[in-house]
Amino acid sequence: MYKIAVMGDRDSIYGFAAVGLEPFPITDADEAASKLRELADGNYAVIYITEALAAKLEKEINHYSERMLPAIILIPGISGNTGKGIQAVKRSVEQAVGSDIIFGNE
Amino acid sequence: MAQTQVNPTRMELTRLKNKLRTAQRGHKLLKDKRDELMRQFLDLVRVNKSLREKVEASIKDCNRNFVLAKAGMNAEGLNVALMAPKQEVYLESSKKNVMSVEVPEFTYKTRTSDTNDIYSYGFAFTSSDLDGAVKSIADILPDMLRLAECEKSCQLMATEIEKTRRRVNALEHVMIPQTQESIRYITMKLDEAERSTQTRLMKVKDMMLEQAHSYSEKEDTMAEHHIEIE
Repeated sequence: MYKIAVMGDRDSIYGFAAVGLEPFPITDADEAASKLRELADGNYAVIYITEALAAKLEKEINHYSERMLPAIILIPGISGNTGKGIQAVKRSVEQAVGSDIIFGNE
Repeated sequence: MAQTQVNPTRMELTRLKNKLRTAQRGHKLLKDKRDELMRQFLDLVRVNKSLREKVEASIKDCNRNFVLAKAGMNAEGLNVALMAPKQEVYLESSKKNVMSVEVPEFTYKTRTSDTNDIYSYGFAFTSSDLDGAVKSIADILPDMLRLAECEKSCQLMATEIEKTRRRVNALEHVMIPQTQESIRYITMKLDEAERSTQTRLMKVKDMMLEQAHSYSEKEDTMAEHHIEIE
Protein backbone atom coordinates (compact mmCIF):
# COMPACT_ATOMS: atom_id res chain seq x y z
CA MET A 1 0.00 0.00 0.00
CA TYR A 2 1.59 3.22 -1.13
CA LYS A 3 0.98 6.83 -0.26
CA ILE A 4 1.17 10.01 -2.31
CA ALA A 5 3.28 13.02 -1.41
CA VAL A 6 3.15 16.62 -2.59
CA MET A 7 6.18 18.86 -2.25
CA GLY A 8 6.47 22.57 -2.85
CA ASP A 9 5.82 25.92 -1.31
CA ARG A 10 3.06 26.02 1.26
CA ASP A 11 0.58 28.09 -0.66
CA SER A 12 0.69 25.84 -3.69
CA ILE A 13 0.11 22.58 -1.95
CA TYR A 14 -1.92 22.91 1.22
CA GLY A 15 -5.14 22.26 -0.66
CA PHE A 16 -4.03 18.74 -1.52
CA ALA A 17 -4.10 17.80 2.14
CA ALA A 18 -7.87 17.94 2.11
CA VAL A 19 -8.21 15.15 -0.42
CA GLY A 20 -5.79 12.88 1.37
CA LEU A 21 -2.40 13.51 -0.18
CA GLU A 22 0.46 14.26 2.17
CA PRO A 23 1.82 17.77 1.80
CA PHE A 24 5.46 18.58 2.60
CA PRO A 25 5.87 22.34 2.49
CA ILE A 26 9.53 22.94 1.61
CA THR A 27 11.21 25.68 -0.36
CA ASP A 28 14.87 25.18 0.51
CA ALA A 29 16.74 23.15 -2.12
CA ASP A 30 18.98 21.13 0.20
CA GLU A 31 16.19 20.32 2.56
CA ALA A 32 14.00 19.34 -0.37
CA ALA A 33 16.68 17.07 -1.78
CA SER A 34 17.05 15.11 1.42
CA LYS A 35 13.29 14.98 1.87
CA LEU A 36 12.88 13.70 -1.67
CA ARG A 37 15.36 10.92 -1.03
CA GLU A 38 13.58 10.02 2.16
CA LEU A 39 10.20 9.90 0.45
CA ALA A 40 11.46 8.00 -2.59
CA ASP A 41 12.97 5.28 -0.45
CA GLY A 42 9.93 5.30 1.76
CA ASN A 43 6.45 4.23 1.03
CA TYR A 44 5.52 6.75 -1.63
CA ALA A 45 4.60 5.71 -5.15
CA VAL A 46 3.84 9.15 -6.54
CA ILE A 47 5.51 12.40 -5.55
CA TYR A 48 4.12 15.60 -6.99
CA ILE A 49 6.57 18.48 -6.98
CA THR A 50 5.84 22.06 -7.93
CA GLU A 51 7.72 23.26 -10.96
CA ALA A 52 9.42 26.00 -9.00
CA LEU A 53 10.91 23.55 -6.51
CA ALA A 54 11.70 20.97 -9.19
CA ALA A 55 13.88 23.50 -10.97
CA LYS A 56 16.24 23.35 -8.00
CA LEU A 57 16.21 19.57 -7.79
CA GLU A 58 16.87 18.56 -11.35
CA LYS A 59 19.69 16.17 -10.51
CA GLU A 60 17.81 14.35 -7.78
CA ILE A 61 14.74 14.00 -9.96
CA ASN A 62 16.69 12.60 -12.90
CA HIS A 63 18.20 10.11 -10.52
CA TYR A 64 14.79 8.48 -10.10
CA SER A 65 13.68 8.65 -13.70
CA GLU A 66 14.82 5.11 -14.49
CA ARG A 67 13.25 3.49 -11.45
CA MET A 68 9.74 2.19 -11.65
CA LEU A 69 8.74 3.80 -8.39
CA PRO A 70 8.34 6.52 -7.34
CA ALA A 71 6.85 8.50 -10.18
CA ILE A 72 7.96 12.09 -9.75
CA ILE A 73 5.50 14.38 -11.46
CA LEU A 74 5.78 18.12 -11.87
CA ILE A 75 2.72 20.27 -11.22
CA PRO A 76 2.35 23.99 -11.67
CA GLY A 77 2.53 25.96 -8.44
CA ILE A 78 0.57 28.97 -7.35
CA SER A 79 2.98 31.31 -9.10
CA GLY A 80 1.88 29.98 -12.45
CA ASN A 81 2.84 27.53 -15.09
CA THR A 82 6.50 27.68 -16.08
CA GLY A 83 6.17 25.04 -18.79
CA LYS A 84 8.69 22.79 -17.08
CA GLY A 85 6.23 19.96 -16.78
CA ILE A 86 5.49 19.79 -20.46
CA GLN A 87 9.20 20.23 -21.08
CA ALA A 88 9.82 16.96 -19.26
CA VAL A 89 7.41 15.15 -21.58
CA LYS A 90 9.12 16.77 -24.52
CA ARG A 91 12.45 15.55 -23.28
CA SER A 92 11.32 11.95 -23.12
CA VAL A 93 10.06 12.21 -26.70
CA GLU A 94 13.43 13.55 -27.74
CA GLN A 95 15.17 10.76 -25.90
CA ALA A 96 13.08 8.10 -27.57
CA VAL A 97 12.63 9.39 -31.08
CA GLY A 98 15.75 11.49 -31.47
CA SER A 99 13.88 14.65 -32.26
CA ASP A 100 10.72 16.25 -31.07
CA ILE A 101 7.83 15.21 -33.27
CA ILE A 102 4.88 15.73 -30.95
CA PHE A 103 5.33 19.29 -29.77
CA GLY A 104 7.12 20.42 -32.90
CA ASN A 105 4.85 23.28 -33.86
CA GLU A 106 4.44 24.85 -30.43
CA MET B 1 36.86 -3.48 -40.95
CA ALA B 2 38.05 -6.96 -40.30
CA GLN B 3 39.38 -7.76 -36.93
CA THR B 4 43.12 -7.88 -37.30
CA GLN B 5 43.56 -11.09 -35.39
CA VAL B 6 41.51 -14.03 -36.58
CA ASN B 7 42.78 -17.53 -36.96
CA PRO B 8 42.00 -18.69 -40.49
CA THR B 9 40.83 -22.12 -39.43
CA ARG B 10 37.70 -24.07 -40.14
CA MET B 11 36.80 -24.10 -36.50
CA GLU B 12 36.97 -20.34 -36.31
CA LEU B 13 34.90 -20.09 -39.47
CA THR B 14 32.14 -22.25 -38.01
CA ARG B 15 32.22 -20.24 -34.83
CA LEU B 16 31.96 -16.96 -36.72
CA LYS B 17 29.14 -18.25 -38.89
CA ASN B 18 27.19 -19.18 -35.79
CA LYS B 19 27.91 -15.80 -34.30
CA LEU B 20 26.68 -14.07 -37.43
CA ARG B 21 23.49 -16.09 -37.45
CA THR B 22 22.81 -15.18 -33.81
CA ALA B 23 23.63 -11.53 -34.44
CA GLN B 24 21.28 -11.33 -37.41
CA ARG B 25 18.49 -12.97 -35.51
CA GLY B 26 19.06 -10.70 -32.52
CA HIS B 27 19.10 -7.70 -34.79
CA LYS B 28 15.78 -8.61 -36.33
CA LEU B 29 14.16 -9.21 -32.96
CA LEU B 30 15.51 -6.01 -31.45
CA LYS B 31 14.38 -4.04 -34.46
CA ASP B 32 10.88 -5.42 -34.07
CA LYS B 33 10.98 -4.60 -30.39
CA ARG B 34 12.08 -1.06 -31.10
CA ASP B 35 9.35 -0.50 -33.67
CA GLU B 36 6.62 -1.82 -31.43
CA LEU B 37 7.88 0.12 -28.42
CA MET B 38 7.99 3.25 -30.51
CA ARG B 39 4.43 2.78 -31.71
CA GLN B 40 3.13 2.31 -28.18
CA PHE B 41 5.27 5.13 -26.89
CA LEU B 42 3.89 7.59 -29.40
CA ASP B 43 0.33 6.65 -28.52
CA LEU B 44 1.08 7.00 -24.84
CA VAL B 45 2.91 10.26 -25.16
CA ARG B 46 -0.03 11.83 -26.97
CA VAL B 47 -2.28 10.78 -24.10
CA ASN B 48 0.32 12.09 -21.70
CA LYS B 49 0.38 15.44 -23.42
CA SER B 50 -3.37 15.96 -23.40
CA LEU B 51 -3.65 14.75 -19.80
CA ARG B 52 -0.93 17.10 -18.70
CA GLU B 53 -2.53 20.05 -20.41
CA LYS B 54 -5.82 19.20 -18.77
CA VAL B 55 -4.31 18.73 -15.31
CA GLU B 56 -2.26 21.89 -15.53
CA ALA B 57 -5.32 23.91 -16.50
CA SER B 58 -7.35 22.40 -13.66
CA ILE B 59 -4.62 23.00 -11.11
CA LYS B 60 -4.52 26.58 -12.20
CA ASP B 61 -8.25 26.83 -11.54
CA CYS B 62 -7.82 25.16 -8.18
CA ASN B 63 -5.14 27.60 -7.17
CA ARG B 64 -7.36 30.47 -8.17
CA ASN B 65 -10.16 29.03 -6.04
CA PHE B 66 -7.82 28.64 -3.09
CA VAL B 67 -6.61 32.20 -3.38
CA LEU B 68 -10.22 33.33 -3.34
CA ALA B 69 -10.94 31.15 -0.34
CA LYS B 70 -7.93 32.51 1.45
CA ALA B 71 -9.01 36.04 0.74
CA GLY B 72 -12.37 35.33 2.28
CA MET B 73 -11.12 34.10 5.65
CA ASN B 74 -8.16 34.53 7.97
CA ALA B 75 -5.02 32.42 7.70
CA GLU B 76 -5.44 30.72 11.08
CA GLY B 77 -8.95 29.68 10.23
CA LEU B 78 -7.78 28.20 6.98
CA ASN B 79 -4.90 26.33 8.62
CA VAL B 80 -7.16 24.91 11.25
CA ALA B 81 -9.72 23.88 8.67
CA LEU B 82 -7.21 21.88 6.67
CA MET B 83 -5.04 20.72 9.55
CA ALA B 84 -6.63 17.36 10.14
CA PRO B 85 -7.74 15.81 6.87
CA LYS B 86 -10.42 13.15 7.18
CA GLN B 87 -9.76 11.58 3.85
CA GLU B 88 -6.68 9.60 2.91
CA VAL B 89 -5.66 8.16 -0.43
CA TYR B 90 -3.85 4.85 -0.74
CA LEU B 91 -2.29 3.65 -3.90
CA GLU B 92 -2.03 0.11 -5.08
CA SER B 93 0.70 -0.29 -7.66
CA SER B 94 0.91 -3.23 -10.01
CA LYS B 95 3.35 -3.88 -12.80
CA LYS B 96 2.40 -4.08 -16.42
CA ASN B 97 4.80 -5.51 -18.93
CA VAL B 98 4.97 -3.58 -22.20
CA MET B 99 7.54 -5.19 -24.50
CA SER B 100 9.72 -6.14 -21.54
CA VAL B 101 9.47 -2.69 -19.99
CA GLU B 102 7.84 -2.80 -16.61
CA VAL B 103 5.51 0.12 -16.20
CA PRO B 104 3.46 0.85 -13.10
CA GLU B 105 -0.30 0.78 -12.97
CA PHE B 106 -1.96 2.59 -10.14
CA THR B 107 -5.29 1.91 -8.59
CA TYR B 108 -6.24 4.14 -5.77
CA LYS B 109 -8.38 3.67 -2.74
CA THR B 110 -9.71 6.27 -0.39
CA ARG B 111 -9.91 5.60 3.29
CA THR B 112 -13.58 6.30 3.45
CA SER B 113 -15.97 5.88 0.60
CA ASP B 114 -17.94 9.00 1.53
CA THR B 115 -17.12 11.69 -1.03
CA ASN B 116 -18.03 14.37 1.49
CA ASP B 117 -15.10 13.41 3.67
CA ILE B 118 -12.88 15.74 1.73
CA TYR B 119 -14.32 18.55 3.83
CA SER B 120 -12.34 18.22 7.01
CA TYR B 121 -14.00 21.12 8.76
CA GLY B 122 -17.29 22.36 9.98
CA PHE B 123 -19.03 24.66 7.56
CA ALA B 124 -19.79 27.31 10.15
CA PHE B 125 -16.47 29.16 10.21
CA THR B 126 -15.16 28.73 6.71
CA SER B 127 -16.02 30.54 3.54
CA SER B 128 -17.98 28.73 0.89
CA ASP B 129 -15.14 29.41 -1.57
CA LEU B 130 -13.05 26.91 0.35
CA ASP B 131 -15.64 24.19 -0.26
CA GLY B 132 -15.47 24.89 -3.96
CA ALA B 133 -11.69 24.89 -3.95
CA VAL B 134 -11.45 21.60 -2.10
CA LYS B 135 -14.05 20.09 -4.39
CA SER B 136 -12.13 21.18 -7.48
CA ILE B 137 -8.98 19.52 -6.18
CA ALA B 138 -10.86 16.32 -5.41
CA ASP B 139 -12.20 16.35 -8.96
CA ILE B 140 -8.82 16.42 -10.62
CA LEU B 141 -7.26 13.79 -8.38
CA PRO B 142 -8.13 10.83 -10.67
CA ASP B 143 -6.67 12.68 -13.62
CA MET B 144 -3.55 13.51 -11.66
CA LEU B 145 -3.02 9.87 -10.82
CA ARG B 146 -3.53 8.85 -14.42
CA LEU B 147 -1.04 11.49 -15.41
CA ALA B 148 1.47 10.07 -12.94
CA GLU B 149 1.01 6.59 -14.35
CA CYS B 150 1.19 7.78 -17.93
CA GLU B 151 4.15 10.05 -17.51
CA LYS B 152 6.17 7.49 -15.61
CA SER B 153 5.46 4.90 -18.29
CA CYS B 154 6.60 7.36 -20.93
CA GLN B 155 9.85 8.00 -19.10
CA LEU B 156 10.58 4.32 -18.66
CA MET B 157 9.72 3.51 -22.25
CA ALA B 158 11.82 6.36 -23.57
CA THR B 159 14.84 4.99 -21.71
CA GLU B 160 14.19 1.52 -23.03
CA ILE B 161 13.73 2.72 -26.60
CA GLU B 162 17.01 4.57 -26.43
CA LYS B 163 18.78 1.46 -25.16
CA THR B 164 17.20 -0.77 -27.80
CA ARG B 165 18.03 1.66 -30.56
CA ARG B 166 21.66 1.68 -29.52
CA ARG B 167 21.77 -2.09 -29.53
CA VAL B 168 20.15 -2.29 -32.96
CA ASN B 169 22.65 0.20 -34.35
CA ALA B 170 25.61 -1.54 -32.75
CA LEU B 171 24.56 -4.84 -34.26
CA GLU B 172 23.69 -3.39 -37.63
CA HIS B 173 26.71 -1.18 -38.15
CA VAL B 174 29.48 -2.81 -36.14
CA MET B 175 28.93 -6.36 -35.10
CA ILE B 176 27.40 -7.83 -38.27
CA PRO B 177 29.73 -6.17 -40.84
CA GLN B 178 32.73 -7.07 -38.73
CA THR B 179 31.78 -10.71 -38.53
CA GLN B 180 30.98 -10.85 -42.24
CA GLU B 181 34.36 -9.33 -43.00
CA SER B 182 36.12 -11.90 -40.83
CA ILE B 183 34.20 -14.73 -42.48
CA ARG B 184 35.19 -13.46 -45.91
CA TYR B 185 38.81 -13.22 -44.81
CA ILE B 186 38.86 -16.78 -43.49
CA THR B 187 37.11 -18.17 -46.55
CA MET B 188 39.60 -16.50 -48.84
CA LYS B 189 42.51 -17.68 -46.75
CA LEU B 190 41.21 -21.24 -46.75
CA ASP B 191 40.59 -21.20 -50.52
CA GLU B 192 44.06 -19.90 -51.08
CA ALA B 193 45.52 -22.66 -48.92
CA GLU B 194 43.54 -25.23 -50.87
CA ARG B 195 44.77 -23.93 -54.20
CA SER B 196 48.33 -23.92 -53.00
CA THR B 197 48.03 -27.54 -51.84
CA GLN B 198 46.51 -28.47 -55.17
CA THR B 199 49.37 -26.98 -57.17
CA ARG B 200 51.91 -28.50 -54.87
CA LEU B 201 50.37 -31.93 -55.34
CA MET B 202 50.34 -31.56 -59.11
CA LYS B 203 53.98 -30.58 -59.04
CA VAL B 204 54.87 -33.50 -56.81
CA LYS B 205 52.97 -35.84 -59.05
CA ASP B 206 54.91 -34.61 -62.07
CA MET B 207 58.16 -35.08 -60.25
CA MET B 208 57.25 -38.60 -59.16
CA LEU B 209 56.21 -39.58 -62.68
CA GLU B 210 59.41 -38.15 -63.99
CA GLN B 211 61.34 -40.25 -61.55
CA ALA B 212 59.47 -43.42 -62.35
CA HIS B 213 59.50 -43.25 -66.14
CA SER B 214 62.25 -40.71 -66.80
CA TYR B 215 60.22 -38.97 -69.52
CA SER B 216 62.71 -36.23 -70.15
CA GLU B 217 65.50 -38.59 -71.12
CA LYS B 218 63.15 -40.31 -73.55
CA GLU B 219 62.14 -37.02 -74.97
CA ASP B 220 65.77 -36.15 -75.51
CA THR B 221 66.44 -39.35 -77.39
CA MET B 222 63.26 -38.89 -79.37
CA ALA B 223 64.38 -35.44 -80.35
CA GLU B 224 67.76 -36.75 -81.46
CA HIS B 225 65.96 -39.40 -83.46
CA HIS B 226 63.94 -36.80 -85.29
CA ILE B 227 66.96 -34.86 -86.22
CA GLU B 228 68.63 -37.94 -87.58
CA ILE B 229 65.60 -38.80 -89.71
CA GLU B 230 65.50 -35.37 -91.15
